[in-house]
Amino acid sequence: MMLIPCPWCGPRDETEFVYGEAALERPADPHALSDQEWTDYLYFRDNPKGEHTERWFHRAGCHHWFTVERNTVTHVISAAYPPGKAEKS
Amino acid sequence: MSRQVWRTEAGGHGIDRKQPVSFSFNQFRLEGYAGDTVASALLANGVRLVGRSFKYHRPRGILGIGSEEPNAILHIGEGARREPNTRATVQELYQDLVASSQNHWPSLKFDLGAAVGLAGALFPAGFYYKTFITSPKRWLWYEKHIRRMAGLGEPPTEADPDHYEHRNAHCDLLIAGGGPTGLAAALAAGAAGAKVILVEENPALGGQMLLAPQQVDGMSGQDWAEQARAQLDAMPNVQVLTRTSVAGVYEHDLFTLVERLGDHLAEPEAHQPRQRFWRVRASDAIFATGAIERPIAFANNDRPGVMLLSAVRGYLERYGILAGKTAVLFANNDSVYAAARELAAAGMRVEAIVDSRPFVSEAAALAKADKLHVLTGHGVTAARGMREVHGADVAPIDANGRLKGVTKTLPCDLIAVSGGWNPAVHLHAQSRGRMAFRDDLAAFVPDTDGAAYTSAGAVTGAYDLAECLQQGFAAGNAAAKALGLDSTAPTLPTATGDTVGEAPVLWAVQAPKGARCFVDFQNDVTTKDVGLAHRENYVSVEHLKRYTTLGMGTDQGKTSNVAGLAMMAAKRGQPIPAVGTTTFRPPYTPFTFNAMVGGHTGEIGNSVRRTAAHDWHAANGGVFTDAAGWARPMYYETEGLTPQQRIDEEVLAVRKSVGVVDVSTLGKLDIQGPDAAEFLDRVYTNRFSTLKVGRGRYGVMLREDGRVYDDGVTMRLADDHFHMTTTTNHSGSMFQHLEYLLQVVWPDLRVFVTPVTEQWFTAAISGPNARALLADLAPAVDVSNEALPMMGMAEGLVAGIPARIFRLSFSGEIAYEINVDADYGLALWNGILSAGAAHDLKVYGTEAMGTLRIEKGHFTHAEADGRITPDDLGLGGMVTKGKDCIGKRSLSLPDLVAPGRKQLVGFIAAEGERIPVGAQIAALDDLDAVQEALGHTTSQAYSATLGRHIALGLMKDGRNMHGRKLYALSPVLGERAAVEVVSPHFYDPEGGRQRG
Repeated sequence: MMLIPCPWCGPRDETEFVYGEAALERPADPHALSDQEWTDYLYFRDNPKGEHTERWFHRAGCHHWFTVERNTVTHVISAAYPPGKAEKS
Repeated sequence: MSRQVWRTEAGGHGIDRKQPVSFSFNQFRLEGYAGDTVASALLANGVRLVGRSFKYHRPRGILGIGSEEPNAILHIGEGARREPNTRATVQELYQDLVASSQNHWPSLKFDLGAAVGLAGALFPAGFYYKTFITSPKRWLWYEKHIRRMAGLGEPPTEADPDHYEHRNAHCDLLIAGGGPTGLAAALAAGAAGAKVILVEENPALGGQMLLAPQQVDGMSGQDWAEQARAQLDAMPNVQVLTRTSVAGVYEHDLFTLVERLGDHLAEPEAHQPRQRFWRVRASDAIFATGAIERPIAFANNDRPGVMLLSAVRGYLERYGILAGKTAVLFANNDSVYAAARELAAAGMRVEAIVDSRPFVSEAAALAKADKLHVLTGHGVTAARGMREVHGADVAPIDANGRLKGVTKTLPCDLIAVSGGWNPAVHLHAQSRGRMAFRDDLAAFVPDTDGAAYTSAGAVTGAYDLAECLQQGFAAGNAAAKALGLDSTAPTLPTATGDTVGEAPVLWAVQAPKGARCFVDFQNDVTTKDVGLAHRENYVSVEHLKRYTTLGMGTDQGKTSNVAGLAMMAAKRGQPIPAVGTTTFRPPYTPFTFNAMVGGHTGEIGNSVRRTAAHDWHAANGGVFTDAAGWARPMYYETEGLTPQQRIDEEVLAVRKSVGVVDVSTLGKLDIQGPDAAEFLDRVYTNRFSTLKVGRGRYGVMLREDGRVYDDGVTMRLADDHFHMTTTTNHSGSMFQHLEYLLQVVWPDLRVFVTPVTEQWFTAAISGPNARALLADLAPAVDVSNEALPMMGMAEGLVAGIPARIFRLSFSGEIAYEINVDADYGLALWNGILSAGAAHDLKVYGTEAMGTLRIEKGHFTHAEADGRITPDDLGLGGMVTKGKDCIGKRSLSLPDLVAPGRKQLVGFIAAEGERIPVGAQIAALDDLDAVQEALGHTTSQAYSATLGRHIALGLMKDGRNMHGRKLYALSPVLGERAAVEVVSPHFYDPEGGRQRG
């Protein structure tokens, strides 16, 4: 069970959180995208063995969504920050 | 008077001879002493045959002395407290303990299943796969017989009477193992002030020091361990947990422990849990987990009376037991010479010391000088005897165990074997540590490079007591220093123990043709099985494990895995490290599901949400179903009526007079802020910014992939204030979804969303008499159609309680949802019921509600199953043009506009026919025919309104199929019905009734 550092509440047990998904930016105007580009956004995800940027929701806590940089092999969390801040694109 | 025939006259520091303890084994009454394990008490009474093996039903005895034991696994306890697969070597004796052997029929001594073993080569590895799984039907027939033949203990059938708990803890340093190394580490780190948890699986600290005579600082190992315990107990920063195992190592420094508080008692003491599951976050850890002695394989090496040498020594040292009268000792290392002297001194006849090494070590020379019968360069080739050893075949062997000379038989009733040690690297491996292979020990040890935690003592291959103590102190000091504590190393004690010397590896001695040499005792895997797996190309150790089941027992191959993979390596002609190990997974030793579950049983494990009127429902015949964790009444049992008759009455009440239903479970969200209307426009397919204050609108939401996510009515309470309702199912996820959009996607929108589902109690009254009923309930509210039209709302007192009244309809009749503070819910419910008497009011449940909505063609998640678009449901018009919303982009993707999609339709059954649940729609009235499924049903009900069975469903090109006569078939249930495809709006399609 991971210890996830919520940017608002500090480190808490994983059971308090809900995993969202990969931290992707939603296209500002989906209609400007081709079918291919839109379905890439909808369905295609990297599945890296290593660093992954993802979103978690502190359901049993402050109800904030935030971004976590986690190594999928070691589970080492190198950063956690509110959405919109220092995000990788 | 004592029948403890194998107990020595004196000695055994682990037992209290003044406290006899009586117990039973297979209904024989026996006696042991306080401090005994079941294994030592059985041995004390000369009982060796304790079980039958998993596959061949061979007689088995006690091999070891600790948690590594593969053979001696028993039922302990009776009735609800019967625990199967309990290791006799771990289970402590208590007064009137009831033990029984497993996996034999009809009796332990005479087991018909042993015929399987006599049938010899019939049951090699992979036998079940090759022989039985030829066709599913044949397998079903064989399986029940195989299940009875092969297997372990039987679980109890009654509920567990004990309770269990979880505990969370934090510490600076977790030390796994309370032997010399762990004690030294704890003393060093504890003295420096570190917060330490020391974990030991046995009831007493000391580890191997308790199992062979050793000297530390001039005291016996046992006395030194007791002194260390006293010192640790005096440190407030150190917690010592005995009878506790480290079960698993997980990410982020999490360790799970299982503490057995009541297993050594007939039943746990009052208010005490039987077992406690710990989750410990430790900044650092030291694994002082020791090493496990390994056997050497030879023919019939599983016979009762073949034991590990260290166990034989341990039973003498700790329990005062001679595990035989005449012994042949067989080893590849010097520990056998110290053992021989101890056993001989205690009165055992040591028939021979069989030393596999071709040279004469110093210890061997000394033994020879003392006239002990030493045979160097020899091996035990076979054990003689069936239910008990009565001899050992001994022959000269070469370094690989091949016979070099003539075999002779030595009489003995005990063969004690030591093939060296396997470091218990399990926890290191679980922490993602790599392994290094030590050729001199023929063993895997923790690779320090990149290790997350420190391993110390025998687990690193340090089998010498002084070295263990030294490593323990060093590890404890280093851990304290790393924590920034001022640590000065305590004085290292001087220690003397036995030496192991050079121990050239020997995995197996060449066996006579046709004989069985066991590698994995618990799963009956032989050296031949390993060879067979290799011949059949299962060369990876993971495949070897699964094909032969090597290491898959409850002991997880603690005494067998390394031997198995060494044999595979030899077959492949590769060094052992090239073959590698199988993955070490938690738990280190088995523990109960109950410990894992802890207190999370019953309603604590699966909590039930109850509405404010729950007690009324329960007291008035409500038959409950689970809906997203809520207990909802399906219908109200009524004397003299079948459930269907009662549901029909409830439906007809709504259609003809008025019904009331508790709809508090619907999700409710309070949405406020200057941008609330804009926000709703972006999440609903239709527009809410144009909604007038005091009015509501039905809305549909999509997932980003264009499929219908949820629907419900949202009321506008003020310009910047909305009350959203969601389906019961999505009452939780909707909040998370909306928060995601507000926090991540559109952080510029000024909107607050507050979940208020539990804050409101909601009752829906519906039916032709609903308006008159509401008028009685709310005399101060104008309930006329003009003042309170469809999708209108009003605020005022209802049954004297401040309420919000929303006029909307799920049933298709005039209907009002009355919302009050949940604390007043029961009062409102009772108020409605009293006023309803004059209006022919009936309560109804989810079954009637479902029937009413099917009659109206309203979809639920049964229809919108995650693959369905608004257009599929006939709601394409609800996707407003000229604005975007979540998921809208997807609606123009090729597959979502392609012809031939499944569309929502209704099915009406022929007179008197009943549409099966989950039916497929087909053209031929034939349950057995292979034919195209044209569609399927999603919800079905008997419509008392129409007098027919009806269903909603999804059908390819369904809107063009109205009028077709087809068949609803369920080959699974063997049921069918003739149906006609119709509009899903069975009842009042124009909707005039609900607007009236």
